[in-house]
Amino acid sequence: MKLKVVIDRKMCKGCGICVVLCPKKILKIDEEGKASVTERQECIGCRQCEFHCPDFAILMGDDDGQL
Amino acid sequence: MKNNIYDKYLVEEKMPTMWCPGCGNGIVLQSIIRAIDEMDLDPEKIVFVSGIGCSSRAVNYLKFDCMHTNHGRAIAFATGIKMANPELKVIVLTGDGDCASIGGNHLIHACRRNIDLTVICMNNSNYGMTGGQYSPTTPLNSFTKTSVYGSYEPPFDLCDLTKSAGATYVARCATYLPVQMKDIIKKALNHHGLSFVDCASDCPSLYGRLNRLGDAGEMMLRWKDRLVSVTQSQKMSEEELKDKVIWGEFVNKSDRMEYTDIYKENIRRAKEAAHE
Ligand SMILES: Cc1ncc(C[n+]2csc(CCOP(=O)(O)OP(=O)(O)O)c2C)c(N)n1
Ligand code: SF4
Ligand code: SF4
Repeated sequence: MKLKVVIDRKMCKGCGICVVLCPKKILKIDEEGKASVTERQECIGCRQCEFHCPDFAILMGDDDGQL
Repeated sequence: MKNNIYDKYLVEEKMPTMWCPGCGNGIVLQSIIRAIDEMDLDPEKIVFVSGIGCSSRAVNYLKFDCMHTNHGRAIAFATGIKMANPELKVIVLTGDGDCASIGGNHLIHACRRNIDLTVICMNNSNYGMTGGQYSPTTPLNSFTKTSVYGSYEPPFDLCDLTKSAGATYVARCATYLPVQMKDIIKKALNHHGLSFVDCASDCPSLYGRLNRLGDAGEMMLRWKDRLVSVTQSQKMSEEELKDKVIWGEFVNKSDRMEYTDIYKENIRRAKEAAHE
């Protein structure tokens, strides 16, 4: 099973790096100033967002969104 | 967080870090723990040493034996640790100010001795912690709190510096290339002798703001056209390389003895002489 993006909102500081790097353009900074996923089913698990996150707030998880 | 790489290596109570949103220090730290995890090193045999600066704060977040020392002196403390316990892997986490201005002398002498330390410099072109003053790596004509009309001091290329001082592993990477950074750090950690890794990074709050480089996302994307690999750079003219940042390995050799080995050898010789 392909793992997809999971965001730990406690850790996110809303810097926006993941948003600009995501090739599928499915990440945004929401009203609370945190990164959130708009269409998780579109995630290809490329891990660009995960490896570039300066705050250890992104990991890949299974379809239930578990880390 | 449960059962993941961050849980394994980072102190949960200290999260989130003190770093500003988008600060490159976190990306370098992530690459370091991924490198250690992939190498499956014994955590009991690793010591991290840092100096002072935002970058040097990195050691506070790690579940390893760590020493947060004086400004510029991380390499001096690391040298002591390595001399007393040569079997330890000693990793220095430092900033461009910490290792190249106040600590510049320790850096060149550690390279000259070729002592088995891995020095990882989070190079963000300014002094973040004290408010954004220029550092020895601030690019010419760029703005900092102490170069309001543009910096007129030529910067150091830390890879050239450590190479000429005698380091036997020298490489550069950037936060834009975290996977390559992890691989370079693995090679540096495997190297026996002084390894130096220059991690080109961003300080969006100060250097970025003062030079109007946009937010952390825009700063990250700026690297895309500026980074050139060592191989690509060999086919480019000096003119084409202007404003480019070359990443990759510059030195990887084993033609010189490592310092703690030389020291052991000297003790052996001295003992021999005493018995004669
Ligand atoms: C002996 C001494 N001199 C000066 C300072 C003030 N000081 C603290 S951090 C720093 C510069 C840090 O710059 P850098 O190593 O580039 O780290 P950054 O904060 O950019 O990550 C200075 C000058 C100090 N703490 N101690
Ligand atoms: S893993 Fe790739 S596709 Fe999925 S959210 Fe992250 S950057 Fe986008
Ligand atoms: S001041 Fe700069 S170097 Fe320091 S935490 Fe903020 S962004 Fe990072």
